[in-house]
Amino acid sequence: MPVTHTQVGCPYCGASCDDLEVVVSDDGKEILEVRNACAIGNEIFHHATKPGRVTRPRLRQEDGTHKEISYDEAVDYAAKVMIEAKKPLIYGFGSTNCEAMAAIGRVAEKGGAVLDNCASICHGPSFLAIFDNGYPSCTLGEVKNRADVVLFWGCNPMHAHPRHASRYSVFPRGFFTRRGHKNRFVICIDPRETDTAKISNLHLMVNQGHDYDLFNAFRTALRGHEIPEEVAGVPREQILEGVDAMKKARFISIFYGMGLCHTDGRNHNVDIAISLTRDLNAITKATIMAMRGHYNIAGPGQVWSWSYGFPYCIDLSKGSVAHMNPGDTSSIDLAMRNDCDAFFNIGTDAGAHFPIEAVKKLRKHPWITIDPNICMASEIADLHIPVAVVGVEEGGVVYRMDNVPIQFKKVIEPPEGVISDEELFNRIYMRMCELTETEPVWIHHPALDVAKAVTEE
Amino acid sequence: MAELLIKNGSVFDPTRSINGDVMDVAIRDGRIVESAGPNAKVIDASGKTVMSGGVDIHAHVAGPKVNAGRTMRPEDKLFKSQAAAGGYRMEMGFSIPSTFRTGYDYARMGYAFVMEAAMPPLHSPHVHEEIHDTPIVDEAALPVFGNNWFVLEYLKRGEIENAAAYIAWLLKASKGYGIKVVNPGGTEAWGWGLNCLTLDDAVPYFQITPKEIVSGLIETNEALGLPHSVHIHQNDLGNPGNYRTTIDTLRLAEGVTAKNRFGREQVIHSTHLQFHAYGGDGWGNFESKAREVVDYVNGQKNVTFDLGAVTLDETTTMTADGPFEHHLNGLNHLKWTNVDVELETAAGVVPYVYSPSIRVCGIQWAIGLELALLCKDMDRCFISTDHPNAGPFTRYPRIYTWLMSRKFRDETIGSFKYSDKVVAATEIAGLDREISLYEIAQMTRSGPAKALGLKDLYGGLSPGQDGNVVIYDIDPANLPSDPSKLEAAFQRAAWFIKTGEVVVKDGEIMNHGNKRTLWVRANVPENPQVKRDIHDKFIKDYTVGLQNYEVRDYLAPNPYVIEVEMEA
Amino acid sequence: MPIVKLTPIAQPELCLDCYAISPDALAGLTESGIADLEVWEGKVRWRLGDFFEVSGDAGRTPDETHVVVDGDASRMKYIGYKMTGGMITVNGSADMYLGGWMKGGKIHVTGDVDSFCGIQMEGGEIMVDGRAQNHVGCAYRGDWRGMRGGTLRIRGDAGNDIGTFINGGTIIVEGNAFIHVSTHGEGGTVIIKGDVQGRVGGQMVKGDIFVLGAIQHMLPGFKKVDTIEKEVDGQPYRLDHYVGDLGERHPSSRGQQVLGNLYVRAA
Repeated sequence: MPVTHTQVGCPYCGASCDDLEVVVSDDGKEILEVRNACAIGNEIFHHATKPGRVTRPRLRQEDGTHKEISYDEAVDYAAKVMIEAKKPLIYGFGSTNCEAMAAIGRVAEKGGAVLDNCASICHGPSFLAIFDNGYPSCTLGEVKNRADVVLFWGCNPMHAHPRHASRYSVFPRGFFTRRGHKNRFVICIDPRETDTAKISNLHLMVNQGHDYDLFNAFRTALRGHEIPEEVAGVPREQILEGVDAMKKARFISIFYGMGLCHTDGRNHNVDIAISLTRDLNAITKATIMAMRGHYNIAGPGQVWSWSYGFPYCIDLSKGSVAHMNPGDTSSIDLAMRNDCDAFFNIGTDAGAHFPIEAVKKLRKHPWITIDPNICMASEIADLHIPVAVVGVEEGGVVYRMDNVPIQFKKVIEPPEGVISDEELFNRIYMRMCELTETEPVWIHHPALDVAKAVTEE
Repeated sequence: MAELLIKNGSVFDPTRSINGDVMDVAIRDGRIVESAGPNAKVIDASGKTVMSGGVDIHAHVAGPKVNAGRTMRPEDKLFKSQAAAGGYRMEMGFSIPSTFRTGYDYARMGYAFVMEAAMPPLHSPHVHEEIHDTPIVDEAALPVFGNNWFVLEYLKRGEIENAAAYIAWLLKASKGYGIKVVNPGGTEAWGWGLNCLTLDDAVPYFQITPKEIVSGLIETNEALGLPHSVHIHQNDLGNPGNYRTTIDTLRLAEGVTAKNRFGREQVIHSTHLQFHAYGGDGWGNFESKAREVVDYVNGQKNVTFDLGAVTLDETTTMTADGPFEHHLNGLNHLKWTNVDVELETAAGVVPYVYSPSIRVCGIQWAIGLELALLCKDMDRCFISTDHPNAGPFTRYPRIYTWLMSRKFRDETIGSFKYSDKVVAATEIAGLDREISLYEIAQMTRSGPAKALGLKDLYGGLSPGQDGNVVIYDIDPANLPSDPSKLEAAFQRAAWFIKTGEVVVKDGEIMNHGNKRTLWVRANVPENPQVKRDIHDKFIKDYTVGLQNYEVRDYLAPNPYVIEVEMEA
Repeated sequence: MPIVKLTPIAQPELCLDCYAISPDALAGLTESGIADLEVWEGKVRWRLGDFFEVSGDAGRTPDETHVVVDGDASRMKYIGYKMTGGMITVNGSADMYLGGWMKGGKIHVTGDVDSFCGIQMEGGEIMVDGRAQNHVGCAYRGDWRGMRGGTLRIRGDAGNDIGTFINGGTIIVEGNAFIHVSTHGEGGTVIIKGDVQGRVGGQMVKGDIFVLGAIQHMLPGFKKVDTIEKEVDGQPYRLDHYVGDLGERHPSSRGQQVLGNLYVRAA
């Protein structure tokens, strides 16, 4: 009999849906059916058991081809690169669990590395804005249960977070919003007529790159001052209509995306959105939330904040204290300025996502890709180490876009012999300790943890 | 495990009324024993102060709002971090230190246990992940219940049994320790941008008052027989004139007797009382009402409290009292983080500078110390800074020193820009009392251990208790006249032995010890209604699946689970 | 004043963290002591002498020490880090954090500087003959106490984020600037002699901004109140006076609301 796993977490977008049902074959090896997921989430589960998975590390040879090697050899290679580089850069973590993010901390600290994650090219500007202005937010259940005005600014969840509107923000019937979308007034601010704009009650077509000016107009109008006839391409009447809707709201949720983070001003666009949220709290209740991309990209921000006090761009090279200053310690800047000399691409595809100049500069140094899949970063790497797919073959804690931790499950075993990110990082760490003849630092030794878990019940 | 013999120290153990007597302490297999064998490793403690490991009853050290504070404050790391000790993890941050620095700094001060004071249940896996990464110091966490929809609904209908069954389930699901209440009702009102400032302000929609919530939870706590009492952050925190609400809340405990098998006597623990002992009707005539509050507490045996003493630092305030942080942000205009948590609670975070140049800050500092100096029963008065709200926990040694030295207090008052106004609004300048080492041990060891229902493990040096022994380089017969020397000795213990292992020597970390997570499993009669209610709310109102909500065992390795049985 | 001359003899592969290149670090040291000071390339510690030929002993105190970097330092970060007095001359360009957390003394760079020049500066003078990248005289991430004193002059163009969270002191950019001038400003003065694309004074609480060229996109939160004659950096100008950011909170002083001032050259 096939087994149906319920309340399975989806390792795709930052909505981190955990209501999937996955039907697994008798032998536990094949995924037969995935229910409740969006098209992309569905594909991730099926992809895991399709033929063609790489199941052993592959090392580039002198003739340019890749040759299969053992995990021990790969661990040894990675440990040596980490030790020998003057400033190794470790980047990625879009697709892994928090256990792995904690484990890489030991490696990075020992290797004097810079530790960075995909926020660096995504919601990093949100962090800069949070540093400067805070983050009045809430969990997604608050939006579902209370929000009567929902504002999407520079984001298009209908495509990027396919179940966001139905699970959390627009359509669901919550405790104080029993009529679902009929209880909600939806505003979309975007230069394009997106599918999110199409489900909105009000669409303000802002001129691209002028969101800051429009926020400034909202704030100015909210304080009762006059604003010009048109700001950033939006007529005054429309701005005032938006302001009026927000003033009358009982609970406002502002969601924003790359439209703010990656147009001119970047962090300042988010920063002034936060200021607007704060202003609104003098009148009613308002919250703001970044539409984080991956299902656990909020994870490294959490794990590394408690480990080092910084969510990303963490320069550990001094060994004594960590330093963070995006612009200096951020991945793209380090690459473009030739300020790092080894690259670890983990659970992401820097080959596809980084500017080509940055890739070319990084490629002059050792490049190691750790990822379950074949991608550009795996194909241009000196060493590709495959790992289990988190959320499918490995469980663990993930942080949803609202920083709510969700304990993901595994539904099938990884291919024979393939190990998890966490185990791989622990092995690299142990090998670094052997090579440098130093004592490893554990609070809870991984081997002991297992023993304790068994004896507890 | 090796045996240890700590010889000839001046021992302070209030659980056995030992007040500086020169004697030996022996440890075997992680516990205190009567005597050690001939092969025991000997530590000479002559001329030094020996106490059991410290117990911190209230600090925000792990979890979402602590981490939100870390994330939003890179400047709290800049030039304020401590260089890593060779071979150990980096130690970043000052007011909101990294988990590693948190564990190391508690150990350096000789603390064996700290209670994370507010765990949002939905975020409990996060809290346990951080506890997992905090070395050495044992920890537990108190889930917040004062604004939880289940609790509001059950208590509104007077269903104590159902409230008890739900709380028992949640303690197990979150691996929590007891019942924390923060701004009862007010935080749910904050879901609409509102607040409950008095005990009689009804919560929007739920139509229950803070008074009913507090009384109901006290009753539920005693019905369950939990090791700790209700642990409350009262309504109207931080506002002038709030002392009346404070005393009115404590009155709700009158006539209620503690029922438990752990030797706990109080039914309410009033936390960070400094923030709740304010007079005046605005900031203009803001003044201390510490005497009024302590006079009441002195007469009520079933009440304990901790100070929440202000340390005059730049720090980070954080609380589940969401509306308060919003209000505070309106006063200081620095950055503000807020997280409302569906069906359960909220949290706010705002940086704050307690400046000696600001009159109100000086008065707050005085109130924190007055509460201790006016208290008559030091087994019910505990030292805290509500870390990091009134200051970081690493300032405990400075608080001990202020309490022990009138000279140091006078120096501090003298350093204020408005010392005359601070003196006029308080009675600190007239208090001669100097707290003794014995009383420090009561306020940081025996007292909090008993109040938490943990006196079998912590708080004293009797055979059978955990082998947690700290040696401070302080000669009780010859206390240093320089307050900074006293503070330094408390800051970095000469030795700290945690469950039988030397974890600190000469103020430096030696070992990661054997850190534990404590939680409470309350066993209650089967309750189908509560089971159904939980199921329904997870289907309808939560956005996380029930299966993914309960903290999995591997997140809390090395657990110490306390079982309680509720009778049907 | 004794001069310590540092002549580059090798360029690092990665950028070099040169906390040691400041009068404060050098004061009291002889040539050989200076050459032994530590610089960092990633996790590798080198001697200052591995990258520079050192000639001359330092003065007894920072105030009596003049450091001359005679050549290209465009991959040398943190020159003048936390300096309190004395002088630094860079005959060439310098990398990030030039004069970062500076409290006193003078720095003169004949070439360009990279980002974070004068970050959280409290006092002293910085003069850059060439261009500056982004974040001139800005705050460190998250700190609401940005530049608090001193004078920072860029004779060429500068990028974005000039004087973010400025609390005091003066920044002068003689060329053009991109976007974000005095964002979150709460004091101090910023003068841009060229043009600015936009976002001047956004979220500004108080302080003064002068733009002697044109602002392409004026923020809606600024309102024109007057046209005045005023001397700016020694020259008289006719200026339109705007107040703002009206979208931001503002303190009151003696019953009057205190606003930020933006002066733009009148047409």
